[in-house]
Amino acid sequence: MQTKNTDEAGLIARILAGEKELFHELIQPYERMVYLTLFSIVKNETEAEDGVQEAVISAYRHLRSFRGDAKFSTWLTTIAINEGRKRLRKSKGRAEDSIDEQIEDLESDYTPATLTDWREIPLEALERKELREALRVAVTDLPDIYRQVFALRDLEEMNIEETAEALGITTGTVKVRLHRARIMLQKRLVPFLKTTAPARRGFFGRAV
Amino acid sequence: MKLNCKHVWEYISEYIDGSVDAKLRADIERHLEHCEICSAILDSTRNILVLTADDRTFELPVGYSKRLHERLKEEIGKSQQEPPGGDAK
Repeated sequence: MQTKNTDEAGLIARILAGEKELFHELIQPYERMVYLTLFSIVKNETEAEDGVQEAVISAYRHLRSFRGDAKFSTWLTTIAINEGRKRLRKSKGRAEDSIDEQIEDLESDYTPATLTDWREIPLEALERKELREALRVAVTDLPDIYRQVFALRDLEEMNIEETAEALGITTGTVKVRLHRARIMLQKRLVPFLKTTAPARRGFFGRAV
Repeated sequence: MKLNCKHVWEYISEYIDGSVDAKLRADIERHLEHCEICSAILDSTRNILVLTADDRTFELPVGYSKRLHERLKEEIGKSQQEPPGGDAK
């Protein structure tokens, strides 16, 4: 949003001019985003929170190097990703493959699960706690390269270009990984989405 | 072009994102009108995305924000004597 970017640029200028406390205000809209970015990499709450603190402090210390040609959110996400990867390398040790070296698995089957007795999901079903829990587990279980794209795009709702920029991959790769991540989740969650409730409506919301 | 189900599945993600071109979008929509299987796949995938973006699905740890700002306050306090924003790289 234009206004938001202008406000943000103004805030950054004031922080750099000496009103350092305003950094609290600058970071506040991104607290959730930074946490989710870290969590999607390290997959552990405590480790993610520690990582956020390091990433945010690093952003504070290096704010002058933010040029304003990227969005502040993308810049911040890149710092968060680097912090997450650093932590991952540390915990896994050098022998492990780094996440950057993972490649797409061309052999796997990325076909969605079909539902033979599908009925439009009642809103109550989406409110079920078990479904949220199942989704959290399924996202956490995604292979790293897919989970990270999915987290930025669908959890943090960045666009394709921002996701590509933050992860240092092409938009084409983002699209492929996103597609596969979504299909893998669909496949895994279909059993939780099925409902035995009698259909009230037909497909496309038409009354039957 | 008449699409089969497998074709439609390949474009599910881009279709949801609205990044398929108008022609392909029309072909997919024509297919969806008569294909219950693909409609169900599309619906279920969309629902998963709605649920993913819901703040209650992935919650922040209790006290997270407070701890973050406390740590930041400490850091800002320490840096009061230094030039703001650090050095440009």
